[in-house]
Amino acid sequence: MKPKNQRLALVSAALAAVLAAVLLAMWGLRERASYFYTPADVVAGKAEQGGAIRLGGMVERGSVQRQPDGVSIRFVVTDGHARTPVAYRGIVPDLFREGSGMVAEGRLQAGTFVADTILAKHDERYMPPELGNLAAEHKAGKTLER
Amino acid sequence: MIAEAGLAALWLAAGLAALQFVLMIAALRAKQDVGRAIRSVAVVQGALTLVAFAMLLWVFARTDLSVALVAANSHSAKPFVYKIAGAWGNHEGSMLLWVTVLSVAGAFFAWLSRRTSGRTLVAALGAQAALALGFYAFLLTASNPFARLSPAPAEGRGLNPLLQDPGLAFHPPTLYLGYVGLSVAFSLAVGAMLTGEVDSKLARAMRPWVLAAWIFLTLGITAGSYWAYYELGWGGWWFWDPVENASLMPWLAATALLHSINVLAARGALKAWTMMLAVIAFSMSMVGTFLVRSGVLTSVHAFAIDPARGTFLLALLAIYVGAAFILFALRTASFREGAPFELVSREAGLVVNNLLLSVILGVVFVGTLYPLFAEALTGEKLSVGAPYFNSVAGPLALLLATLIGIGPLLAWRRSKRPIGKRLTVPALLAASALVTTIILAPRMGPLPRLGLTVAAWLAAASILPLTGRNPLRAPLATWGMVLAHFGIAVALAGMAANAAFTSEKLAVARPGETLAVGPWLVQLQGVNPTAGPNWTATEADLRATRGEGLLTLKPQNRYFTDPPTETNEAAIATVWNGQLYTVVGRPDGNGGWQIRLWWKPFVTLIWLGGGLIGLGGVIALLGHVWLRRRSGRTWGRRGYA
Repeated sequence: MKPKNQRLALVSAALAAVLAAVLLAMWGLRERASYFYTPADVVAGKAEQGGAIRLGGMVERGSVQRQPDGVSIRFVVTDGHARTPVAYRGIVPDLFREGSGMVAEGRLQAGTFVADTILAKHDERYMPPELGNLAAEHKAGKTLER
Repeated sequence: MIAEAGLAALWLAAGLAALQFVLMIAALRAKQDVGRAIRSVAVVQGALTLVAFAMLLWVFARTDLSVALVAANSHSAKPFVYKIAGAWGNHEGSMLLWVTVLSVAGAFFAWLSRRTSGRTLVAALGAQAALALGFYAFLLTASNPFARLSPAPAEGRGLNPLLQDPGLAFHPPTLYLGYVGLSVAFSLAVGAMLTGEVDSKLARAMRPWVLAAWIFLTLGITAGSYWAYYELGWGGWWFWDPVENASLMPWLAATALLHSINVLAARGALKAWTMMLAVIAFSMSMVGTFLVRSGVLTSVHAFAIDPARGTFLLALLAIYVGAAFILFALRTASFREGAPFELVSREAGLVVNNLLLSVILGVVFVGTLYPLFAEALTGEKLSVGAPYFNSVAGPLALLLATLIGIGPLLAWRRSKRPIGKRLTVPALLAASALVTTIILAPRMGPLPRLGLTVAAWLAAASILPLTGRNPLRAPLATWGMVLAHFGIAVALAGMAANAAFTSEKLAVARPGETLAVGPWLVQLQGVNPTAGPNWTATEADLRATRGEGLLTLKPQNRYFTDPPTETNEAAIATVWNGQLYTVVGRPDGNGGWQIRLWWKPFVTLIWLGGGLIGLGGVIALLGHVWLRRRSGRTWGRRGYA
């Protein structure tokens, strides 16, 4: 190959790689990004049934129920406007508490959110950004514990 | 006084960085010879940041609570090691460590690089100073680690217990050495583009720095993966968390750079491409720093949330990356054409390697940053996790791993010898691995199955460059390459085996009850209270057996008081063919405890492979440095033979 052509070939290869990366990423994102919803979104029917989504909110006080198998729990997540029941099998994270924030990954099945993973507020200072807004609303007087 | 001395050292260092930059401008404009002056300035600047960092360690060691950072992040009752490690377990301290590594890397570069051409060296040191200046400004205006608190509180607020772990003492500094080591490659590329001296000599000057940074990144990522594995208690070894991606992206770019730099060093080709990668590699380090330190993303690691700092870091990122790209656009046409090569040649193989790595980098980059853009543009909140990365980047990585077996067998310029025959053994091994998994585990997922197949192929193919000649006479760099490529096969086998064969058990057990997981029988003896220096815990006593031999595992739930937090401490038993991973949960109220068990066959190969990859890098680096000492002239042509 002549040097000139070689340079041309390399530049086109690089451009093709960038294009391929962007197209692949876009395809993957359309199929597999999981969107974040609050219970209000769920009640409004914004979240699709059966697809992988994330649900965030506060764990309603007094709602956590242990199941007979000892390792499953059911509880209710609320954003102050609506409530969504959640089912989870596993050991809840260290900072999972009633009245405190959490984000669950999983899917909606017949009105119940079946969680694969639960992320709790991680320490005194860290909170998932999605929940930051909820906490602000909470402080502004829109009480979450009715 | 100690804190003030540290602050003064930082201001002085910033002043010297400004001087260093001015010297560079003077040298380029007025053709002054400032080589010796600029070198001394760079060395003193590095020494001053070391002093500042030592002062920070000192106030943390003494738990000087009048320093705001110590009061916010330390506690007098904390074990001494974690007092020291706590110095960089927070935003300001870790940024100071970042800047320290940046200046010290610049100092070593000024001190050691006798062979770089004078003008390029001066320009590169100026570029390095420009980088340092921005981060000094960030430290001194937005994140002063030495700020005083008046009055001093009686006790500190403590350190996040998740970070109270030996992994913390080792992991961030290692990653930073890698991140910031790439700054030298960036500065050298910028310097060479300024002076127009983009040639194989430059590549040989740059290579040890890229290699060293890459080794630290490899080891840092491997250690970080193991840390997350045992500390987070989820049994996973990679979460595709933005903070993990932040370290993976520079690694991908540095890996590509490491390979293209060999083409430039040995053949003088791929000039623009290599310069571009050098710029991108350090840009990815800065992107990573921005992601981690600004806390813009949802992440289990993001401990700091502060939009003002995020904006500052973003501005620095935009200025440096923007300036480097503009320089690249202006100068790329002036590079002389590289030596030509054929379609089937070592060069072409390395181009394919680079293209694949770039695509993977692009895919990871888009996936990591897409949630940010989506929220900024549409207000929609979403997250991109393992399903995306595994299904998009996974097959690309497998393709790359397959080609790694072939590339090193090709000759430079034009490969005439057919290589199909040499690959018979690897191909047969791969085929038998595929058939075996189909027969023994018919329901295995496609990715793990292909993973095992490719691992078998690569394990055999990667050692071929040492065959057909006396392996003892092969250059050290070749040994390093073989070891690193073999390490990829080992890690891949571990990943595939873990994904395919892990068995899991989650149940409630009362003392005396036995649970079965994989080949293991695990009996809960009891759950007892226990205590450490600044925590109390409930500790399960588990006895595990599989036929002969008895293992004792003691997973804990720890309760820290300063600050009040609970952590789950997994107990892991390592045997020759895998790990038994145990976690204790909460009591069920009727005398039983939640117990979670995983049997993970060959999971240890993941980190063993990571270690081998890093060790390969070390051997290659020794080879390059040693060969350079021995014969400065013939060295370049041998390259990665």
